[in-house]
Order: sequence, then C-alpha cells, then structure tokens
Amino acid sequence: MTISTTPLPVTTESEVAQAPRERSRFWAWLILLLGALYFVIPLGATFYWSLRAEKDVLGFEAYRRLFADPNFWPTFLESLVNAVFAIILSLLIIVPTAYWVTLKLPKLRPVVEFITLLPFVIPAVVLVFGLIRLYGRPPLLLTATYGSSRVILVCAYAALSFPYMFRSVDNGLRAMDVRSLTEAAQSLGAGWPTIMRKVIFPNLRVALLSGALLTFAIVIGELTIALFMAQQTFGPYMANLTRSKVYEPSAMAVVAFALTWAAMGTIALITRPGKRG
Amino acid sequence: MGGARRLPRFRFGRWLGVLPFFVFSALFLIGPAVVLAYRSLEAPDGGLTLDNYRQLTNPTVLSSYGLSIRISLTTAIIGGLFGFLLAWAVSMGGLPRPFRSGLTTFSGVASNFAGVPLAAAFIFTLGRIGAVTALFEVIGVDLYGTGFTLYSYWGLTIVYLFFQIPLMVLVLLPALDGLKQDWREAAENLGATPGQYWRRVAFPILLPSILGTMILLFGNAFGAHATAYALTGGLLNLATLLIGQQISGDVLNNPGLGYAVAMGMVMIMALSIGLYSLLQRRSERWLG
Repeated sequence: MTISTTPLPVTTESEVAQAPRERSRFWAWLILLLGALYFVIPLGATFYWSLRAEKDVLGFEAYRRLFADPNFWPTFLESLVNAVFAIILSLLIIVPTAYWVTLKLPKLRPVVEFITLLPFVIPAVVLVFGLIRLYGRPPLLLTATYGSSRVILVCAYAALSFPYMFRSVDNGLRAMDVRSLTEAAQSLGAGWPTIMRKVIFPNLRVALLSGALLTFAIVIGELTIALFMAQQTFGPYMANLTRSKVYEPSAMAVVAFALTWAAMGTIALITRPGKRG
Repeated sequence: MGGARRLPRFRFGRWLGVLPFFVFSALFLIGPAVVLAYRSLEAPDGGLTLDNYRQLTNPTVLSSYGLSIRISLTTAIIGGLFGFLLAWAVSMGGLPRPFRSGLTTFSGVASNFAGVPLAAAFIFTLGRIGAVTALFEVIGVDLYGTGFTLYSYWGLTIVYLFFQIPLMVLVLLPALDGLKQDWREAAENLGATPGQYWRRVAFPILLPSILGTMILLFGNAFGAHATAYALTGGLLNLATLLIGQQISGDVLNNPGLGYAVAMGMVMIMALSIGLYSLLQRRSERWLG
C-alpha cells in the first residue's frame, strides 16, 4: 500500500488511530469489490446474452422477440391488473387497521402485528396448498373456474403484502401526530369517512406509495401461488420461457430487474427526505 | 382516551375498523393453515392421529428436509457474514458516502429480485452455456467436468446468496448505525485498541442482531420455492419442491404425510421467525 503524500486534513484523531483507519479502509474497499463482482457478474452476463440473439452482432433482437411474443403482454397485463387489485385491497384493509390500532385499540397491536407476520411463517407453497384444500373442495369449490381462482389469487397476494404494508403504514402513522390530527378534524365536525379520506390518507401518501410499490415488486412476477392455481400470469409465463427459449429469457430477466429497480428506486427517492420511519 | 370526547359511532364501531382485517386474515392466512394442520392430524378412518408426523422419518421426506436445511444454513451463515461485512464497509469502513445509499437501494432491489428472473440470470452466468462457465473454459477449466452444476446444493447456494446478502445488509445497517460514537470514544479513552473495542464492546452489542438476522435468512431460504422451481423445474429434492409435487399429485402416496410435511415447514418457519423477533427485541435494548 502506498502512503499518500498529500497533506492530511486536520483532524482530531490521534496519529495512533490513523493507521488502523487506513487499514480498515483497505478492507472496506476489498469487501465492496468482492460484493460488486458477485452482484454485477450475473447481471452483466445476462445483459450480454440478451444482446446476442442475432449472429455476430450485438443488438436488441432478443427484446424485440420477447415483446413480440404473443403471450408476453397478455400475461404481463394480467399480472399488472392482479397487482393493482391486490394493492387496493391491501390498502383498504391495512390502513384502517393500522389507524385503529394506533388510535383506539393499542392493546390489539401485538395480535395485529403477529397476524401481519404470518406470510413469513407460512411459505407461499404451503399457503397455496392450504388455499387449494380449503377452497378447492365442496362445499366451497372456489377454484373451479379460472375467474374465481383469480379472485383467490388476488386475495392471497393482498395477504402476502400485509407485512410490508402494515409496517410501512404503521411507520407513516408514527411519523405524524394521529391523535391531534384526528381530534382537530373531529372538532371541526368531520366524521370517520372524511377523516380517513381528507386527513389520514393524504398524510400517509409516501408510506402508502412505498407499501404499494413493494407489493407491486413482489406480486408482478410471483410464481408459486399462480402456478398451483393454474393462472396464466407473468410468473408462470417467465418460468415457461426460461425452459423453452434461448435468448428471450435473458431479455426477460433484464426487464424484470429494471422493473424491480424502478419500483425500489422510486421508494428510495420518495422516502429520502424523511430520516427513519 | 379522554372520556369526554364525542365518538362519531357506537361502541361496536371501535371494532369496525379492524373487523375486515381479521375476517380477511382468517379466510386467506389462518384458514388455509388450519385446514392443513387439521388434515395432517386426520387418520384415514376419520379419527385424530399423530401417525403422519411419525412418518416424517420417511427417507424422501428426511432427505428433502435435509437438503433444505443444509442450503438454508449455508446461505444464512455465508450471506450473514458477508452481508455484515458489506454493511460495515459502507457504514464504518471509511468509504465515500454515496456508496452507502447506493448499496441500500441496490439491496432493496436485489432482496426482491428472487424467483424466475434470478434463476434465469444465473443460468446465463453459471449454467452449461453461462458466461462464467465459458470464461472458465477459456482458462482451461471445465467447470461442469469437475462435477459442479448449478442445479445442486452449491449451485443453489450461490443463487440464493443473491437475495440473502442484501437482506442481511438491509437489516444490519440500522443496527450498525445504533452503535454510539460515545462508546467508541469511551473505549479509546480507556486505552482500548480498535480490535479490543470491536471484540469487547461493539460485537457483543451487535451479536443478538447478527444472530437474529441470520436466523431470518435461514427462514428466508427455507421457505423459498420459486427460484428453486424455476432453476430445476421442481426436480431437486427440496422441502418446498416436495410440497409442490405433493400439491400437483400425491408423490408421497400418502396425502396425510404431505400435510405433515407442510406443517413441519410451518413449524420450522415459526421457530425461526420467533427466534428472530426475540433476538431483535433483545438487541433493541442497546441499539433501539
């Protein structure tokens, strides 16, 4: 390692402490480099493959073929619609619940928190197993038609989003003074629907949007539940594509990564000014 | 809380706001789990029995749990250690600030980049036709000739780390932020070397958080189905894949055993999430 000849900025650190700091910086760079290699290589390799669909030239042929695939847009749109409904459903359930638990029923908080964590305890493959056994047999038989299965799928997605949605909304509620805002609205004569619509929702915009985007990122390419419910959504489509085509899957992976990046990047952007929660 | 306040609704209105939540959870989270639990205890003649759980020692079931546990443990330990080092590097390692927010955003993306696209990305990297496999050939190493395959224990481990490491980073960064500058200064004033500070002060404080998050990673890998399915077509003997096969068509030739396998998985997940919450609460005492 070379020692820099430029004058060091004046610091309060003792000279004894300076050497270990330099050493730790070296290790930090090394670790970051290793991490970067591990994460960048698969993405780079995939991107490289996605450009090679035409012989001897690098180009976007794989993307053109992917977007021209007759199953791409229908399955993607179906997943998009599912995601939107799951997000709306999740919001309609979680926002009042988180609000109530914060304001009126704090004793219920541990119970609600526990239930919102259930999607972590019940893996998707087990959940869909249970859903099929619960709704796939008489007297319920809700998995009999494509449409009714789809309703169950959307509900399952809403349930899967509970951990993220609840935490996001709960953090948002903590960041504002729910009690004072509610009391102020009440003293001006507002009823609960008005309080929800005009006070709580607008103040929760960032929290709701990040919860929604996170749900979107999880649901849009979801495979397991859709697969066993025999739904023609984007996840099963991508799995089929991976098995049946050579270049298109690479373009698909790049597109999926870009979508996830867009969702998470937007979250990072909108939550940046606020510090924690 | 003040008794004089006028409420717009009656008393049952207090419960109205949370009612949809409980009904919905009962229908789509608790109900399915209860059905599986009930069926796993059901004897063929209709009575209740623990027989299905006794049959979990069936070699197919044992080896699928075994492989799942080995992969989950390996990725939890490697992902946990490397994720911790990465979090340390960007928060306290003296790297320029932008790396930190960059890594945070990237970790958010990568921890959610599981499933089919992740499997595809690694097929193009380390699969038979993958770029890295080809690179190895250029330097004269036939990767697949050495017995390596992406569709194996080590292959899956490498793939899973792609979402395990970022999850560790995301959970651990706030914990590292919780280490107070005062503690380091106090240690240094008492003559501690940085090594001593880490060994005697920082590490013991962080330990519950590190262990807890590793347990979370364990559960995260243990319950993963989509990535493994997309990678292997559901053929590797992994617990989640076995459950998947059982859904499509009773491969165990014993429906009751299938339910017991699913419940066994729920129990292991519950244990890991429970331990994680416990350790997280413990670490909040210092890092809150």
